Amino acid sequence: MRSRTQRKLFIGLVLVGITVAGAFAYRAFQENLLYFFSPTQVVAGEAPARTFRLGGMVLAGSFTREPGSLTSHFVVTDNVQSVGVTYTGVLPDLFREGAGAVVVGRMSGEREFAADEVIAKHDENYMPPEVAQALEKAREAKGE
Amino acid sequence: MKMLRYVVPLVIFVIIGVFFAKGLQRNPNYVPSPLVGRPAPTFSLPNVENPDAVVSSADLAGRVALVNVWGTWCIECRHEHGYLLELARAGVPIVGLNVRDDRAAAVEWLARLGDPYVGSGFDPEGKAAVDWGVTGAPETFLVGADGVILFKHISPLTPAVWQRDFVPLLVEHCREAKCPFLAAAGGG
Amino acid sequence: MIPEFGQLALALALCLALVQATLPLIGAANGRVDWMALARPAAAGQFVFVAVAFAALEYALLNDDFSVEFVAAHSNSALPIFYKATAAWGGHEGSMLLWIAVLAIWTMAVAAGSRSVPQEFASRVLGVLGIVSAGMIAFAFFTSNPFTRLTPPVTDGNDLNPLLQDPGMIFHPPTLYLGYVGAAVPFAFAVAALLSGKLDRDWAKWTRPWTIVAWIFLTCGITLGSWWAYYELGWGGWWFWDPVENSSFMPWLMTTALLHSLAVTERRGIFKSWTVLLAIAAFSLSLLGTFLTRSPVMISVHAFAADPARGLFILGLLGLFTGGSLLLYAPRASNFEAEGGFQLVSREAFLLANNILLVSATGAVLFGTLYPLFIDALGLGKISVGPPYFNVMFLLPVLPLAALVGVGMHSAWRMTPGQLLLRRLRWPAVGALVVGVAAPFAIFGAASALTLLAVTIAVWVCASSLLDPVRRLVLRTGAPLTRAQMGMCLAHFGVGVFMLGATVASAYNLEFDVSAKPGDRVEAGGYEFVFRSVRSVQGPNFTADEGEFELLANGKSLGILKPQIRLYQVQRSPMTEAAIDTNVLRDVFLALGEPLGADAWSLRIQVKPLIGFLWLGSGLMALGGLVAITDRRYRVATREARSTEHVEQPAAGAA
Repeated sequence: MRSRTQRKLFIGLVLVGITVAGAFAYRAFQENLLYFFSPTQVVAGEAPARTFRLGGMVLAGSFTREPGSLTSHFVVTDNVQSVGVTYTGVLPDLFREGAGAVVVGRMSGEREFAADEVIAKHDENYMPPEVAQALEKAREAKGE
Repeated sequence: MKMLRYVVPLVIFVIIGVFFAKGLQRNPNYVPSPLVGRPAPTFSLPNVENPDAVVSSADLAGRVALVNVWGTWCIECRHEHGYLLELARAGVPIVGLNVRDDRAAAVEWLARLGDPYVGSGFDPEGKAAVDWGVTGAPETFLVGADGVILFKHISPLTPAVWQRDFVPLLVEHCREAKCPFLAAAGGG
Repeated sequence: MIPEFGQLALALALCLALVQATLPLIGAANGRVDWMALARPAAAGQFVFVAVAFAALEYALLNDDFSVEFVAAHSNSALPIFYKATAAWGGHEGSMLLWIAVLAIWTMAVAAGSRSVPQEFASRVLGVLGIVSAGMIAFAFFTSNPFTRLTPPVTDGNDLNPLLQDPGMIFHPPTLYLGYVGAAVPFAFAVAALLSGKLDRDWAKWTRPWTIVAWIFLTCGITLGSWWAYYELGWGGWWFWDPVENSSFMPWLMTTALLHSLAVTERRGIFKSWTVLLAIAAFSLSLLGTFLTRSPVMISVHAFAADPARGLFILGLLGLFTGGSLLLYAPRASNFEAEGGFQLVSREAFLLANNILLVSATGAVLFGTLYPLFIDALGLGKISVGPPYFNVMFLLPVLPLAALVGVGMHSAWRMTPGQLLLRRLRWPAVGALVVGVAAPFAIFGAASALTLLAVTIAVWVCASSLLDPVRRLVLRTGAPLTRAQMGMCLAHFGVGVFMLGATVASAYNLEFDVSAKPGDRVEAGGYEFVFRSVRSVQGPNFTADEGEFELLANGKSLGILKPQIRLYQVQRSPMTEAAIDTNVLRDVFLALGEPLGADAWSLRIQVKPLIGFLWLGSGLMALGGLVAITDRRYRVATREARSTEHVEQPAAGAA
C-alpha cells in the first residue's frame, strides 16, 4: 500500500482526531442533555440551576395574560405540587388549560419558572407520556 | 487476524440489536402503572346518555368492576367493543369513561353498537382521565371491591388478555370479595 | 369485495416474492439456469399483485369505504379528493404498502436493466431483492394489514391528520421512499457479490447508476420534508435533529459515501470491503429509518402496544437483513483483493478521508438519536438530546470534509504532486478566504468565528467546484467536460450553496414575537407590516381565522400576506398556516399566534436571509446527480463500447 511512515502518520492523525472528537462529544453531550422534571421534583429541590424541562398539566383556570401582552402566566401541576410559569411569546397551537404541556427554561424564583420555550405538540394522545408518568408517580408518592 | 476487523460491524450490530430487543420488551403492556395498588381516584361526571344522572366513584364502591376509557374517535376501541359486550352479558360491571368526545356521537355509538356499560361518564375535557393517568384509548382498569386499582391494561381488551392478566387477579381477589360473574366470565 | 381482493393480491405477492427469494439464489449456487431464469418472471408477477393490492386500497379510499378500518382511521367524506388518494400513506399500514409497492417498482427496474449482466449475478441480485420483498410483505400481511374490516362500519372517518393535508406532504413520503427503498438495490448488489465471492470493477460499474438514482430521490425526499416542516409547522425552523429527520438523514450520508466509494472501486479496484459495508449500512439505516419514522404523526403508541408482534417482527427483519449480510461480510469481505495502491496525496486518499468523515458524522447522529431510546428502554429516565449536541458533533467531521472536497475534486488518481494542487487552487482559496471573512461583516455587521469559518469553507467549495466548468466552458482551455464530471461539479457546487444557506440562515435569522391590533403598523427586521384585518374563512373541512397584512420595505409595498389559523372540524385540532414572502435572498415569514384580548393578536415575524439557498443547493445536488447519470457511459449498452471511450485528464477526471 503506502510506505510505513505514511501509514503511521495516517493512523496517528486518525487517533488524534478520535480523541479530540471524543472530548468534544463528551462535553457537548453532558451540557446538552435536557432532563425532565415534574413539579413535585422541582418543589423538592431536585431540579438543577441550569436549563431543564418541566412538565405537567396546565391547571385549569390558572392562565392569565395582560390583554394585548405577549407575556402569559400559568400554573403547571402534577396534581400534587404546582409551579408557576411565565412565558413571553407566541404559544403553540395545542396549548390549552387542562392539557399536558412541557416547558423548557429555568427557575426564576421559589416555585416560579421562566420558560424560553413551550412545547405542546402531541397527537391523539392528549398527554405527553412523560407527563402522564410524572403525574402517576406524584400520586403514588403522595400515598393517595 | 486479518479477519478480526471484518467482524467488528457485526459485533456493533448485535449490541445495538440487544438494546432494541430490551426496549421492545419494555412495552407499556408489561410494565405496571404506578397507580396499580393505589386507591382509584375519585370522580363524578354526568352520565353521557342522561345528563341529569351521575357516574361516579359510587358506582365502583363495594364491588369488583372495570373502568374502560373510550371515545368515538378511537377506531381501536371497536376491536374490544364486542368482547366488552360479552363480559357485560356475563355480569361484569363496566364503568365507562367517555373522553374528549362529542356527546351526540357517543350516544349514537352506544345505541348502534350496543352499551356494555353500567353508565359512561362524560368527560369532554379529559379532567378525570388525567387523574387516572390515561394517555389515550382504549385503556381498561380493574378496580377491586375496596377501591384499589388491581390492574391497568392499554390497548384493546381481548379474550386472551382477559384470561392471561385479568382472570388470575380476579380469582385471587375474589376469594375474599364476592364476584358473582366470575364463573360466567371465564374464571373459576 | 375489493378490499378482500386486495388482501388476496397481497398474499399472492408474498408467494411470488418467496419464489423470487429462494429459487434464483439456489439456482445461482448450483448453476441451474432454469431456476435462475425464474427471477424475472417472479419479480414481474409480484409487481402485478402488489399493484393490484395498492389499487384496492386506493379504491376503498376514493370511494369512502368506511367499513375498511384504515379508511375510517385516516379519511373522511369531506376530505378533498387528492388527499383521499394520498391518505394511502397517511397511516402505518398504508405506508407499508407504499414501501412494498416502491420496492416492486425498483425490482422491475433492476430486472429490466440487468440484461447485460451475467445471469448468475442478476439472479442473485433479484433473489436478494426478493428476500427483502418477502420480508416486508410478510410484515404487512401479518402485522399491519391495511384491509382489515370494521363491522359495523363507521358512518364517517376520523379524517386525515391535518399536518398531512398539504401539498408538501403529498410528495414527501413517495419521494423519500423511492430513495429509502432504492438503497435496497446497491444492498442487493453488495450481498450478491458477497454470495458469489467475487467483487471486481465491473461490479462497481453496474452498481453505481442505481446508487446515484436512489441518492437523487433521497436528496429530494429529505429536502421536501425539510421544506414542508419549514412552511407548514409554523415556526420557521427547517431542521430539528429529531429522530424522524435523523432517520432519513443517516441513509443519505451513507449513500453519499457509497457513491463516492463506488467511484474508487470502479476506477482502481480498491476500497472493496468499504463499499460493501457502506451499501449494507445505507440500507440498514434506511430500514431503521422506515421503522423509526413511525412517529406520533403516523402511528400511535397504542397501535404498537396492541401488537407487540410488530416490534418483534421489525427486529427480526433487521436481524435478517443487517445481521445476515454482516454475517456474510465477516468471512467473505476479507477475500476481496485490492488491485492497486495510492500515495498520501491522491484522489483515493481524499475519498478515503471522505468515507471516514461521513461515517463519523453518521455515527455521531446515530448515537444521539438512539441514546434516549436506550435510556428509556433501560428504564433510566426520559431524556432528550438537544440540537446543540448534534450541531457540534455533526459539524466536527463535516466542516473539515467540506474543506477537503474543494481539494479532492482536483487531485489525480494514484498520486498528485502537491505543487500542482497548490498552483491550481491558490487563487480560489485566497478568494474564498477574503470573501468569506469580509462578506459577513460587510453585509450583516457582525460574525462569530464559527460563522466565518463555515462561510469561508462554503464559498471555497463553490469556487473550487466552478473552477473546471469555468475554465473549460468559458475560457475554453483544456479538454471538454464529460457529463459525469459536469454532474460532479454541479453537485459539489450545490453542497457549497447549501452550506452557505444553512450557515447564514442559522446565524443571521431574525425572530420577533409581537402583539398587534388591526390598524397597527409593526416594524421588524427592516420591514414594515401593516395589520389590516382579521376575518373568519371557511375551507372544505376547516374554518380559519385569517389575518391580512401588507408587507412593505423602504416604503414600497411587497404584497399582501394572509396567515391563517385553521381549525379542522373532525379532529378539532388547530393548525397554523404561515404566510411567507420569498425571494432568492431572503424569506419574510409571518405567522398568526393567538388572540391576546383587547382585539390584539400575537404574531411571529421572522426574516431569514439566504434560506432559499437550502432548497437551491439541494436542487443543484440532485441536478448534478441527474446530469452524471446521463453520461454516455451509462447509456451505451455494451461493455466494449464503454471501455474504448475513456479519455480523461488526470487533474480533474471524475471517474
